[in-house]
Amino acid sequence: MSMIHIDPMEKRWLWAIGGMLAVFWGVQIYFAAAENMHPPSNVEATNSAKLHLEGEFAESNLGVKKQADGSYLVTMVAARYGFYPQEIEVPAHTPVKFRIASFDVLHGVHVPFSNMNTMVVPGYVSEVTTQFQSPGSFPMICNEYCGLGHDYMYSKIHVTAGKS
Amino acid sequence: MSITAEHAAGLAASNRPTATAVQAIGNKLGLWNMWVAFAALALGLPMGLFQAAERSGFFPGIENTAVYFASTSTHGVLLAFVLTTFFTMGWGYHAMAHSVNKKPFFGWTSFWVSLIGTVMAAIPLLTGYASVLYTFYPPEMAHPAFYLGATLLVVGSWFWVADMIIGFVQWKKENPGKPVPVIMFMFTMTALLWGWTSLGVASEAVFQLLPVAFGLSPTIDVGLARTLFSWTLHAIVYFWLMPAYIAMYMIVPKEAGGKLFSDEFARIAFVLLFIFSVPIGFHHLYVDPMQAAGWKLLHMFGTFMVSVPTFLTGFTVLASMEIAGRLRGGKGLFGWISALDWSNPFVLAGGLSLLMLTVGGWGGVLNASYTWDTTVHNTQWITGHFHLIFGGTTVIMYLAAAYWLWPKITGNQLFSRKMAVSQLWMYFVGMVILTLPWHMLGVYGQPRRVSTTDQYAAFPEFAQMWGLYEALMVVGAVLVVISGLMFVYNLLMTHFNKVQEADTRVIYASAIHEPMRLPGVLNSLAFWNWAMLAYMILSYGYPIVQFFFLEGHHTIPWGV
Repeated sequence: MSMIHIDPMEKRWLWAIGGMLAVFWGVQIYFAAAENMHPPSNVEATNSAKLHLEGEFAESNLGVKKQADGSYLVTMVAARYGFYPQEIEVPAHTPVKFRIASFDVLHGVHVPFSNMNTMVVPGYVSEVTTQFQSPGSFPMICNEYCGLGHDYMYSKIHVTAGKS
Repeated sequence: MSITAEHAAGLAASNRPTATAVQAIGNKLGLWNMWVAFAALALGLPMGLFQAAERSGFFPGIENTAVYFASTSTHGVLLAFVLTTFFTMGWGYHAMAHSVNKKPFFGWTSFWVSLIGTVMAAIPLLTGYASVLYTFYPPEMAHPAFYLGATLLVVGSWFWVADMIIGFVQWKKENPGKPVPVIMFMFTMTALLWGWTSLGVASEAVFQLLPVAFGLSPTIDVGLARTLFSWTLHAIVYFWLMPAYIAMYMIVPKEAGGKLFSDEFARIAFVLLFIFSVPIGFHHLYVDPMQAAGWKLLHMFGTFMVSVPTFLTGFTVLASMEIAGRLRGGKGLFGWISALDWSNPFVLAGGLSLLMLTVGGWGGVLNASYTWDTTVHNTQWITGHFHLIFGGTTVIMYLAAAYWLWPKITGNQLFSRKMAVSQLWMYFVGMVILTLPWHMLGVYGQPRRVSTTDQYAAFPEFAQMWGLYEALMVVGAVLVVISGLMFVYNLLMTHFNKVQEADTRVIYASAIHEPMRLPGVLNSLAFWNWAMLAYMILSYGYPIVQFFFLEGHHTIPWGV
């Protein structure tokens, strides 16, 4: 590499780039390690054609369940064009684990002003654990194109005051 | 000292050299390919305006969901696939003919195969049989002709990739030890990148989409399809961006009246763009359930690495412009900026493009964040980001390159330099007014890929937050479309201009220190090919192989 010409200004700029890179990486590593913030990534296969027959995503099992440790488990299915059950209620400042599977095509779910955002891929179970920070009623929006009815695919989540 | 008439005629003749046979082929291929590209631009831009207006809700008379999604799919394919591929092939062939004087073997094969593919995909798109958006989205399936056409477009471009590599290797053999001309090096790196990039989506098409579309396979693994598409989805953006960087390195410094600050750093930027843009596609899958967090983290590191060549490019191009400004008499820390000739469309485009790159690049740093992405994923923020980086930063350089190349190819003077300058300003202002509100809408929770936001009537506080930004986006879209059509008009009038161009020589910027010799890694392809293979096996090997061990997750195909 001795053959190439590097200007002193370029050398300084390379150090600056290295510094920025260290900050970018450092912030990511810090929040992943210290705050346990990871994107939803549970690699869990399921048979989307048989979801309704029995087990976790059968209709009788859907909805909000309070767990022994005080946290909440929400089991939902995504299907053209809604998330079922269509209205759920969970407390703020409490861990809520969502488990969602698709009956049919690709969907996505996002609750605005929160990090509850995951793709719902047919054949796989999506799992997100989050805590809602502010009470209120929010849309759970389908944020992935899923067909011509996609525009109207949403359901409601009511976040109650909960523990402070 | 006076110049005689003969002397003047002699000077004029040397500035209008007759093209060699090889250059004539390069000119013709360049012209045809780039006209297809800009025809796609002229068709695709008005669709974008329609979508902005339809979606805004201010024009109830034009609301139509089916037309919206057919339009979105077509807009995406025309601008992201057709404009980019044909522009890059065209300029690439032109640059190869003029820099290393090599005749392509497959020039017209690549042109016609790609064009037939484009037309074949356009028919189902325009008739609403391929409203699956340009990212394909299985298990929703389009008409088989759409996948076949898209595959042909890619296959056609592979002939161009082969031509660029052959030309590069031939020249090196004939000129041992000499540096390959930097523009040829950059274009061949772009071609090599596209070869690697397109393998992901080509595998998805050949092994998954086409068998299902033709009824040969009853089910599809959507997780695998999305993983393969992610292989293509980020690096394709660099395939679009690299020709824009070539224009920044090769045209802007020259037109500004200066020199390229560093030839070597330009090459380093291009090899880094190559190696760090393909094996990092998982930031498009951050919130997908079928890949594990560790792989996403690995791709995050590479994603941030790809900011390095962009930082290098920004530095080198700005330094080159500063040299020009100081040569023109600019003094002080910022005086060189006002000393530059901003009425020169090529200088102006470079400046505006760098501004948009700066804003859009920082937005990209946020999207690339492993932890932050969940707050903006699939919101209108993303649409804002890629329109600013691609529609703005990248395409404005395509426009400038065309203004520069057309007089040299056709021999006719640019029809109106003034119109070019106002067109570029209008394009910039339009893009900013279009995309900054989209970033805001995304932060306020508005999803992308919807044809209406009526459903939020149930949440009036959202609709209230969005109103102003929705109005701005329509204004921005109007400006971009008018400006885009001005560009095509100016180019057409140049094509048929009766006034001859005084100087048709194709001379790109030269560096302050033209390298006499270069280390092998900055002058050859083999090392980077092997490095890419190793990096791809590391970052995509297990994540793809895992699908062959998972049970029972294949899905039946669906219509839209």
